[in-house]
Amino acid sequence: MSSLWPQLEPLLARVSKPARYIGCEDGAQAPSHDPALVGWLLAYPDTYEIGLPNQGLQILYEILNERPDAVAERTYAPWADLEELLRRHHLPLFSVDTHRPAPEFDLMAFNLSAELTYTNVLNCLDLAGIPVRAEHRSAEHPLVGAGGHCTYNPEPLADFLDFVVLGDGEEAVGDITEVVRDWKASGRTPGSREGVLHALARVPGVYVPSMYDVEYDGADLRGITPRYADVPELIEKRTIADLADWPYPRNQLVPLTEVVHDRLNVEVFRGCTRGCRFCQAGMITRPVRERPFEQVRSMVADGLKRTGYDEVALTSLSTADFSGIQDVVSGVVQDPTNGGRISVSLPSLRVDAFTVGIAGSIGKARRTGLTFAPEAGTWRMRQVINKLIREEDLYGAVRSAYSEGWRRMKLYFLTGLPSETDVDTLGIAELARNCVEIGKEYHGKPSITVSVGGFVPKPFTPFQWFGQNTEVELRRKVDLLRTDLRHDRGVQLKWHDPAATVAEGLMSRGDRRLGVVIEDVWRHGGVFQEWSEFFDLKLWTDALERHGISLDWYTYRHRTEDEVLPWDHLSAGLHKDFLWEEWRNALAEVGLPDCRWTPCYDCGACTGYGIEHVVASAVAPAGGSQGTAQDLDTGGAVPVTLLPRGPAAAAVASSRPTAPGDLS
Amino acid sequence: MTTVRIRFSKTGKVRFTSHRDVARIWERALRRAEIEVAYSEGFSPHPKLHFGLALSTSYESLGEYLDIDLVDGVHLDLDTLPERFAPALPVGFEVQTAAVLEPGTESLQALVTSCSWWVEVADVTLDQLSDAVDRALAADEIVVTRQRKGRDVTDDLRPYLIGLRAAGPTERGAWFEAELGTQPRSLRPAELVAALGDGWTEGRVCRTHQWIVHDNARREPLPWADLPEPLLPAWSPSGLLAEARAS
Repeated sequence: MSSLWPQLEPLLARVSKPARYIGCEDGAQAPSHDPALVGWLLAYPDTYEIGLPNQGLQILYEILNERPDAVAERTYAPWADLEELLRRHHLPLFSVDTHRPAPEFDLMAFNLSAELTYTNVLNCLDLAGIPVRAEHRSAEHPLVGAGGHCTYNPEPLADFLDFVVLGDGEEAVGDITEVVRDWKASGRTPGSREGVLHALARVPGVYVPSMYDVEYDGADLRGITPRYADVPELIEKRTIADLADWPYPRNQLVPLTEVVHDRLNVEVFRGCTRGCRFCQAGMITRPVRERPFEQVRSMVADGLKRTGYDEVALTSLSTADFSGIQDVVSGVVQDPTNGGRISVSLPSLRVDAFTVGIAGSIGKARRTGLTFAPEAGTWRMRQVINKLIREEDLYGAVRSAYSEGWRRMKLYFLTGLPSETDVDTLGIAELARNCVEIGKEYHGKPSITVSVGGFVPKPFTPFQWFGQNTEVELRRKVDLLRTDLRHDRGVQLKWHDPAATVAEGLMSRGDRRLGVVIEDVWRHGGVFQEWSEFFDLKLWTDALERHGISLDWYTYRHRTEDEVLPWDHLSAGLHKDFLWEEWRNALAEVGLPDCRWTPCYDCGACTGYGIEHVVASAVAPAGGSQGTAQDLDTGGAVPVTLLPRGPAAAAVASSRPTAPGDLS
Repeated sequence: MTTVRIRFSKTGKVRFTSHRDVARIWERALRRAEIEVAYSEGFSPHPKLHFGLALSTSYESLGEYLDIDLVDGVHLDLDTLPERFAPALPVGFEVQTAAVLEPGTESLQALVTSCSWWVEVADVTLDQLSDAVDRALAADEIVVTRQRKGRDVTDDLRPYLIGLRAAGPTERGAWFEAELGTQPRSLRPAELVAALGDGWTEGRVCRTHQWIVHDNARREPLPWADLPEPLLPAWSPSGLLAEARAS
């Protein structure tokens, strides 16, 4: 086996946090490589602490290693001190599992979760000894792929990626493995790279940028079209129909050193149909697929026993919406075998589903941090973004938490939203102050942390046509809040750097012409751009200037209905006219209910793929969903598959006011 | 309340974990092994574990200690403890032996007076190392200046040098054995190496023993009979550690 460990070991004694590079986690695998097996190097283009907990990467790691024809290892972006030593000693990037050199793998696949990591992708490729530009690679080099939410607009990275996977990766990685296996079996002869890329382009859900021509009309994009007749014009995302078939990760990695989200994570459902118009995740991951209640219970119980963690997070895009959430939470907390020392965290909580019951349950052991995301300061603004929670819902949730002993909470908001006025911005301060006032009824010194992020319009959302607020405007809004809150001791204001928001926005909706900018920023030392100590907007604006590219045009410009968007040849199932109608609804301040509990409005995500929601309950759980009009009788067919009745479903059913008669 | 003292080793890749990392690793291991540890009271209860002298990140050890307070009335079978922990701890951590402490035993930090070390010095010959060792032993004082809380302080390292012996060549340099005092402060091998030669740096370092004084005699908090005498003609750190583990 090829291992760089003997060369790495003396270097690790000289770098910060060397435990990031040793592997050795419980759940880590040391697969045996063989020329007949397809070797995947799964890469997260940020530090180990950020990348290790990534569930997508861990799921694929297990699925691939279970296959008889594949092996998978992991790598993360080395911190600057190790990078310098690697370059000085002419050592390549390596896997943390067996410390195998990156160039010895057949594929290097990146998880793309954030635009600001793009320059790290280039840096990792360069450290791996792989030419950063796809066109410069030949048969001897690994194939370079990517998955994750950012791949719904992969165009800014089109010059650097050989292939991209849209949607759920569980099944797609198997199809890709088979293509690469055949390529290896055929000898991976010189000149065969074009052939394997062509074959990959025919795998459903796989997009190979080099198989497509891009046409421009002046500055405007005219279209992105396939170069071969057998390469699809429209690449459709992959979707697994039922989460129950994929109880992964079975052996979640337990790191030896500190990482973010250092706890057991159990995904309780995938997809969200709340329909928040700013939220890309909620649009591209439809429909809702709940994990069966019993499977959640056993994954939690087995996972805690195996890992030794004392905290479990029930993850999803809106965990309080999980059918039977309260039973799962109280089941864990009251389980006598864990001595009442296990705490449960619910990372994505809607305030309208946060009840005293849930507050009491999760607070039993150790109080984990509590974050609510009202997202906007006024009801009008929340109608625009379709986050239909009323002020009463927020205050009710905050009151529940204070009454159960919490003293500190965090509220998350966006600023720079479409049609936002200063009244809306200042509404954020008002909400926070009112929450502190409620807290004073329970405690001496309640505290609210307000975290404000600049809004970045994302592809495949109703806001994809909206021109992002300028850096100056975002700074002005942050300053408004700072001034307004300067005398409020109970409110701590934190904000995301508007300059970083600008760079993020540039790439979010950029096209292939930004490849030179990303490469330029990287060549000028711009790595770890999501780290405030490394981020430098000047690197970006200088690069744009050198290449004659307009920041305004890409970032701040409103798009028109007929404009060809750089991701129009990709599909998340959503009809473009549905998104446009939702954009009009937003500007008209009209809300849209959650289709999980109301009739289908044909966004395309289910109907296009012949799949449906998989939820155990046909009504909103946890005491209903105030403010969303979900409690109104809307009638009509519901595209819902009811899971076999588990205890949770039965419990919900018994409390249901009227049984929907038309459910299958 | 019963307190159990565990002696364990930390060798191989896991030597790159920090003291804080090791604490977290033990907390998880105790839950996985289903050992009923006593918890502190209060808003954020935590398991009552007491570690001895911190081991620097990237140093190995054949003699680490951990005291665990058990829930009242819990009886632990100490003989099977090493096997019980084996599947719960990462590879590289091994429980060697355990014993119940007499009530009122002082903390490890207070009791330990010195530690024995194997220290590799990178890029020096055995002759160079031997000369430096002789000079150090012959010196009345070894004064160094170090930064402490942003200020320069001078320190005499000589009183901390209880034993020192150049031992042999290694693949990357040469190694010595040392017994270094820990009271009132611990002399770290890295400081000693830097004092032995200008620009010298340590290679692999392994703590082999921690010593306490009991009835006017030096002994280990928990002796581990299987530890081999480290007096081998040529120390290849990895080879010696492998031998220590195998015995």
